[in-house]
Amino acid sequence: MARPRLVTVAGSPSVGKTSVILRVLDLLAAEGQKVGVAKFDSLSTEDDKAYARRGIPVSVGLSGGLCPDHFFVTNIEACLEWGQRQGLDLLVSESAGLCNRCSPHIEGVLAVCVVDALAGIHTPKKIGPMLRLADLVVITKGDIVSQAEREVYAYNVRLANPRAPVVFCNGITGQGATEIAFHLRHADAIDGLEGRRLRFSMPSAVCPYCVGETAIGETHHRGNVKTMCFEDQR
Amino acid sequence: MSAVSLGALIRAHPRVGAFLATFPVPRPDQIGLEAWLDGLGEETLADLGMTRSQILDHVRRLQQEDRQAGPEPVQALTILGGRDKLGRAEAVELTIRAGEIVCIVGPTGSGKSRLLADIECLAQGDTPTGRRILINAAPPPPGSRFAPERKLVAQLSQTMNFVVDLTVAEFVAMHASCRQVADADVVAERVIATANALTGETFAPTVSVTQLSGGQTRALMIADAALLSASPVVLIDEIENAGVDRSRALDLLVAEDKIVLISTHDPLLALRGGRRLVIRHGGIAEIITTSAAERANLLALERVDAGLMDIRERLRRGERIDEALEPWT
Ligand SMILES: Nc1nc2c(ncn2[C@@H]2O[C@H](COP(=O)(O)OP(=O)(O)O)[C@@H](O)[C@H]2O)c(=O)[nH]1
Ligand SMILES: [Mg+2]
Repeated sequence: MARPRLVTVAGSPSVGKTSVILRVLDLLAAEGQKVGVAKFDSLSTEDDKAYARRGIPVSVGLSGGLCPDHFFVTNIEACLEWGQRQGLDLLVSESAGLCNRCSPHIEGVLAVCVVDALAGIHTPKKIGPMLRLADLVVITKGDIVSQAEREVYAYNVRLANPRAPVVFCNGITGQGATEIAFHLRHADAIDGLEGRRLRFSMPSAVCPYCVGETAIGETHHRGNVKTMCFEDQR
Repeated sequence: MSAVSLGALIRAHPRVGAFLATFPVPRPDQIGLEAWLDGLGEETLADLGMTRSQILDHVRRLQQEDRQAGPEPVQALTILGGRDKLGRAEAVELTIRAGEIVCIVGPTGSGKSRLLADIECLAQGDTPTGRRILINAAPPPPGSRFAPERKLVAQLSQTMNFVVDLTVAEFVAMHASCRQVADADVVAERVIATANALTGETFAPTVSVTQLSGGQTRALMIADAALLSASPVVLIDEIENAGVDRSRALDLLVAEDKIVLISTHDPLLALRGGRRLVIRHGGIAEIITTSAAERANLLALERVDAGLMDIRERLRRGERIDEALEPWT
């Protein structure tokens, strides 16, 4: 059975995850590695077509009405098994962090977070475990913002994550992809995920709305709820 | 760590303060970091999105970074040739010294941007061209490729714009504080004054960066790269704005001892460099040293340019251009 190296790539929608993964996998495939992608999304995705056009095997999971983060962690093991059956050398999972409190990174599995320089210089402060606990941070779209903003942005990324190397990558031209490929080459091969842990707990909510409640009102506020405080009512 | 109060810790390490400020919970100055975290409780920590030990590790790393210097000084950058698009060897070993300007010329699609990209990522034979870049005659230290505050290379191009919703003064001050320069206010004022000296259309510090014209934007980017960016190497990709005093801009970068590479066909820029690299089929085909005759021609071209600038200025003021023009060369 193949022992693929596993890499999780996470980032908000449209930051450039697919573009970057494609550029990096092009480089690794050219070295003769067999690469594949497990794509997670919530409602629908076109990314599988982009991967398939390059001849990259891809499996798609749509979380639908479930929290995409919880859906990811309950299915990543099966994705790894799929990768083993495909005989992959490298399996990349692509998942969209939809709420900024997402926490998809797994202990011992190379974790990449993609952020977008165009999203505004304060964005790195607003992203939780997905950015803070990543092993590698990729900043995209640096080609359309000023050098000065890139420097401020990178500084804020560094405050949010002083552990991870930070790489600027242009998802369109692939500038910077070589550095990312370097890190992916050194990812750990994974036999199985059974018993491994997430680096941080996922956002939780066990309340009537989790199981389909649609009515608004205090009588439905049971279980794990949190209420806002207002300045004028202190 | 726990003996020091949070207030003292933050004063000593502004980065730690900036990080802790992202947590929306009260932070008394008197107690120590560990005591503060102990008091927060599990639920609050879960809301903050980090465990106690993750926060302690994070703070420790930010403290260490505070002590680290910026990029190492670069006296020389060397390009070792790889191969061109046809697979032929690129027989080049070119060393560029601090304070030197090198221009890159060649048809569109010939590989000028690829060369800039190789320098930007300090290629080590691991890009499609197989080129290698040496810093001070040695391969760059691994950290300098991946740590943004030690990044050796700054890049400016025609496609780049300011997108942040801040005034010029606010933004430059913010950049200065990230760079942790002493006297951030003084430096910020100097950047803005310098940018204004580079452009015919001056702007106020109170204007929003997104409202600057093309020429004003380039002028501010160049002044900022020269005076605030820590990167000793500056790559410029096709900046051909008429609204910027280009020779002054280059003088400014060179005065800061930067190594400047410009991809351009603007005669004023191309002849201003000490050397120019001719790119064909993705490879450096020729290195031309600017001759004495070319330098004399540059002076003539500068007179033409000054003449045009003067007319532009007069048109802006609403004047007529009725007189017979002298040939400026
Ligand atoms: N200018 C620019 N556009 C980019 C870059 N990276 C991605 N894009 C564009 O951003 C859009 C979203 O990219 P995609 O890879 O689908 O994002 P994902 O949702 O995170 O997978 C696409 O139109 C890309 O072409 C970049 O570095 N620069
Ligand atoms: Mg995608």
